[in-house]
Amino acid sequence: MERILFGDNQFFGVNHVSDEKSRAQAIKFKEDKTILKTLDIAIDEGISTFMCTTHDRIGNVCNLIRQDPENYANFSIYPCMPYAHKYANAVTELGIVGTLKEYVPGNFFGSLFKGGLAFVSKDYMSMMELLIDAEMKMFKGINTPVIFIQNVLTDLLMGLGMKDVLKAYHEYIIKKYNAEPGYITMNMPKLLEMLESTGIQNPIICSSINVDGFRMSGGKELYEQTLKTKQVRAIAMQVLSGGATPVKDAIQYVCSLPNIESILFGASSRGNIHETVSLIHQFDKQKQLN
Amino acid sequence: MIRVALIGAGKMGISHLAILGAHKDVQVVGVADTSKIVTDVLGKYSPFECFADYEKMLDKTKPEAVFVAAPTKYHGTIVKELLQKGIHVFVEKPFCLNVNEGAELVQLAKLKGLVTQVGYHNKFIGTFEEVKKIVDSGAIGVIEHFTGEAYGPVVVKKKQDTWRSKPEEGGGCLLDYASHVIDLLNYLVSPINKVHGAMLKSIYSGNVEDAVYAFLETDNNISGVLSVNWSDETYRKMSTTVTIIGSKGKIICDATELKIYFKEADCPAPYTKGWNIKHINDFAEEVDFYLRGEEYSAQVDYFIKATKGKVPNNKNTFESAWLTDSVIDKIKKYENN
Repeated sequence: MERILFGDNQFFGVNHVSDEKSRAQAIKFKEDKTILKTLDIAIDEGISTFMCTTHDRIGNVCNLIRQDPENYANFSIYPCMPYAHKYANAVTELGIVGTLKEYVPGNFFGSLFKGGLAFVSKDYMSMMELLIDAEMKMFKGINTPVIFIQNVLTDLLMGLGMKDVLKAYHEYIIKKYNAEPGYITMNMPKLLEMLESTGIQNPIICSSINVDGFRMSGGKELYEQTLKTKQVRAIAMQVLSGGATPVKDAIQYVCSLPNIESILFGASSRGNIHETVSLIHQFDKQKQLN
Repeated sequence: MIRVALIGAGKMGISHLAILGAHKDVQVVGVADTSKIVTDVLGKYSPFECFADYEKMLDKTKPEAVFVAAPTKYHGTIVKELLQKGIHVFVEKPFCLNVNEGAELVQLAKLKGLVTQVGYHNKFIGTFEEVKKIVDSGAIGVIEHFTGEAYGPVVVKKKQDTWRSKPEEGGGCLLDYASHVIDLLNYLVSPINKVHGAMLKSIYSGNVEDAVYAFLETDNNISGVLSVNWSDETYRKMSTTVTIIGSKGKIICDATELKIYFKEADCPAPYTKGWNIKHINDFAEEVDFYLRGEEYSAQVDYFIKATKGKVPNNKNTFESAWLTDSVIDKIKKYENN
């Protein structure tokens, strides 16, 4: 994985510390072309990986990228699925069964359900595979070397003790997409423990890692200890903890930690993108010299 | 360890179950749901024992505490049975569809001395907690007026019917969305006891309202406006905002951001005269296991602690949730007259 990954929260009005900023961003990035322009700035700054949710609008961005193969020849996307609010809002309205009926492609679910047949494990796994395929459709022809499950789903499966489902996801991503499976979580140390218990070694895990300890469940110390002593390919996200700490201090902290393969961040302006990228390079260099 | 069971494994039930499953002081002894596919999946992939019939589950697993996340119309019957068996109860919001039923449960819980809590999770959000502290300290003076709003994209086109689209079963924006706002206003400002006007409007739903607009008044004569709409696709998820206007200042707060204006310099530190802006990361308390938001874990943890006597049983009590039910009832009655 590249050292720096570019995120997409800013494009879809996702801001963890201000609903008002969210709205301003949603207005700014109303046009798909504006998203692509910002991606081009990130590419100019040397970032060639875009980590993004399987939001409907990413489908439009993918279309624009496909239309310009020369410019995006070295460009990769790390899809993160699913776009959870789509399903969460649907479950509020339709219930769990209703949501599955709505989103599992074809008549797969309908025909199973109508018969009132006993389900076998294979059926559920096929259903999961169909949902993954549906989410992956928009990336056809685009390089997707790592594919992630979003934290809501990772953490839900973890809390429910559904190890086998995580393992099945892992195997399917490798088999079908020839890609590496990744996990986004708000509970990194716990997840690593669970994945290891299913025999998954040195997994790619993306989680909040920041100097403020924001959204680091179980505590900052436990995270630091895990990074020091365990085998994990960590991606740090929310490194600016939503804007609470000065950027320089925030980046310095993350760069000082061991085992962090990549840093994920999102920004809207050239100035902010440049500043963050430069600081990461600066502190990485300092670390090497030390 | 406390032995905990779940009745109703829908959206909120599953969410509670995952949090309970990861909680170090909890042993999940059983899950009951009438949906075959839900119990089937949980039975196959999770370590929890599943039941189609909750009564059988209670007999067999003997839980000390039960989470009830069945459709609202069943809350009354199920909760009563649990209390009579001496089981601590966490029940999803809204509390009961019928105020008389709710009042009976409030009395029964008191009589039995059991720990009870209702799932109004906003009270566990750091920004709203800060508002509560500021209001109670008197720092914004005498409260004159409030606005409570919630918007989100639940029903944004015409769809098939479920229990959520049946008013008699607890469906609709008033019970689902507006209940959160009313409960929060009751807590932050003062219990609402008069409804001076209300409109329930359908936008896409055939049988239930998608929006609720009302003029309210508290028992100490504070006026307020309620504006709630779950058919607003300009929001990515539910967003709740309260505005409170006092003689010494004004508060605007949602789950992520708190804005306070103080008219004078004699305001509590670290606030200063004029506008102050704080964010959730200034207040959010770390949780052991995070799913969807700190508040969901925090409310479950609070309940578990209360059953062990480590914290007082005073947050989201049956009584406070019943007050919210009463306001909902008044809004419905106003609309029907």
